[in-house]
Amino acid sequence: MATTIASTPATGPNPAPAVRKGRRRLRTFSRGDKVTLSLMVGIPALCELVLVWLPALLSVGLSFTNARLDISQPGGVHLVGTSNYQFIAQSYPPFVPAIEHNVIWLLFLTFIATPLGLLIAVLLDFNLRGSWIYQSVFFIPVMLSLALVGIIWQLMYSSDSGLINSVLGTAGKPGAIDWFGNSQINLWAALIATSWKHVGYIMILYLAGLKGVDPTLKEAAAIDGASAAQTFFRVVFPAMRPINIIVVVITVIEALRAFDIVYIINRGTNGLELVSALVVQNLVGEGTNIGVGAALATVLLIVSLVPITIYLGRTFRKETR
Amino acid sequence: MSNAVATKTRNADKVNTNGSRIISSRTRVFSYVFLSITAVLWIIPLVWTLYTSLRPEADTNKYGYLSTGGAFNFANFSQAWTQGLFAHYFVNSAIITIPAVIITLFLASMVAFAVSRYTWKFNITLLILFTAGNLLPAQILAAPLFQMYKHFPLPLSISDSGSLLNTYYGVIIANVAFQVGFCTFVLSNYMKALPAELGEAARVDGASVFRQYWQIIMPLTRPALAALATLEFIWIYNDFFWALLFIQSGDRLPITTGINNLNGVFAQNYNLIAAGAIMTAVPTLVIYLVLQKQFVAGLTLGSSKG
Repeated sequence: MATTIASTPATGPNPAPAVRKGRRRLRTFSRGDKVTLSLMVGIPALCELVLVWLPALLSVGLSFTNARLDISQPGGVHLVGTSNYQFIAQSYPPFVPAIEHNVIWLLFLTFIATPLGLLIAVLLDFNLRGSWIYQSVFFIPVMLSLALVGIIWQLMYSSDSGLINSVLGTAGKPGAIDWFGNSQINLWAALIATSWKHVGYIMILYLAGLKGVDPTLKEAAAIDGASAAQTFFRVVFPAMRPINIIVVVITVIEALRAFDIVYIINRGTNGLELVSALVVQNLVGEGTNIGVGAALATVLLIVSLVPITIYLGRTFRKETR
Repeated sequence: MSNAVATKTRNADKVNTNGSRIISSRTRVFSYVFLSITAVLWIIPLVWTLYTSLRPEADTNKYGYLSTGGAFNFANFSQAWTQGLFAHYFVNSAIITIPAVIITLFLASMVAFAVSRYTWKFNITLLILFTAGNLLPAQILAAPLFQMYKHFPLPLSISDSGSLLNTYYGVIIANVAFQVGFCTFVLSNYMKALPAELGEAARVDGASVFRQYWQIIMPLTRPALAALATLEFIWIYNDFFWALLFIQSGDRLPITTGINNLNGVFAQNYNLIAAGAIMTAVPTLVIYLVLQKQFVAGLTLGSSKG
């Protein structure tokens, strides 16, 4: 397995010159070929535009309207200025906690879960005997859905039969800690559950990154008398810059996207408010208010565009030049 | 610096042919201890779920959940299967996941082919559009997409809601639109690395663009397609949100969204919930055992560039 990881990132030794030479202007094509190419690009592009980018823009548009249950509501949909934004900022109690929780989510993943995944990858990269067993253990949660992760951790956390309360001897007794139910601690309980998956994901990415680092760099550092820690921080880690960028982007995006696990615990209420969950709460059930949901979605969109723009700028800058 | 490094290595390249020799024995001991403790902590939730699922509720109530007394059998599994609509859920998951993966890869490979093998004015714009679309949180699209689906008329013979709501099509389309960006990004990088002479030779022989795509480039892209198919299968199977948003009838939910209802259906019977969780995990665990390499390759293909 190690060899697969090592070989896959290198999809080709040096594709750049071949590509430039091989590209042809469109005008050298027959009319049939032009039609084919237009369809090949046009159909998927239309899908992407209509189903992803149009809704994203419409969310911004709807956030300035009084749409409540449906866009064809009696009385019609009118522009109402920024009143939805004023509402969420001033008279919507879960909004501020949701922002705080998203920030805590991001900080926890960035400073605890992601570094732990990196540490595990580094230790596994020492090629200790039996490292494939450890690797498999950390890998399994990555395959599971976050919804399922929530269910599995409920069995750990439950106050009457959960493993943790059983070990503490408090299961089913008044002193039992309701890890997912107590609004003081359930955010942290959910973060541990979510990290159970996130750590393995980061581990896989960094294992591939570490295999891609030229081993002679490590050897040279060792010969120069560098300790394992020095070798890692001064030589190996900087050499993994492309992977580091991906990992940062994934961590930020995961923190903004967090939804499934809190929704399955309690629909994102009572200590588990997240912006994504508030969006959905405003779109389903009794309190449906499309305008407010769209305003929350727009906040999420603007925040998400920051890491996305930075990442795409880095990725595609080389090619546009 | 690289020159110095190269010289030093040449002088001593017999010393460290194997990466594990670089670390000291103290580091090695620390690694073993740390990894063992962490791995045990990591496996506990799964072992606990499996253990609970094998015990009848009556026994766990009598002896407590943290005990070894009582019977061990698969009764919870058969009860959860029938009571929890699992047969329905699994079929629904297959109906949604399989076409979604195929359509995603087909659409993504066409765009990837066009942007990677030819120069277009809007090459980069297109790629950015696709890649960025995949990174947005899905909840941003929820309100408008729900309204678009609701007001998209379909004949009642196709959809009993008269719209895209509450249909498998709706969930498949949303999954495809959301995943096609990532696949396009990965496949275009992969196809760029294929030698340009392939296309030239085919063109001299008079092969049309579609033949070049289908008979020359696609077969060579098979490793990337296999890796992406595995990864996308897991991702779409694991998707919770789209079905939650669009499907109202409980018997049309895919399994990942369906388990949201288990707490209610099983009335806090944790043994049944555990059995349901294990059954839900089985398809992904099978893929984990059989196609682990493909899954990892899919993930790392996506991160090979940046």
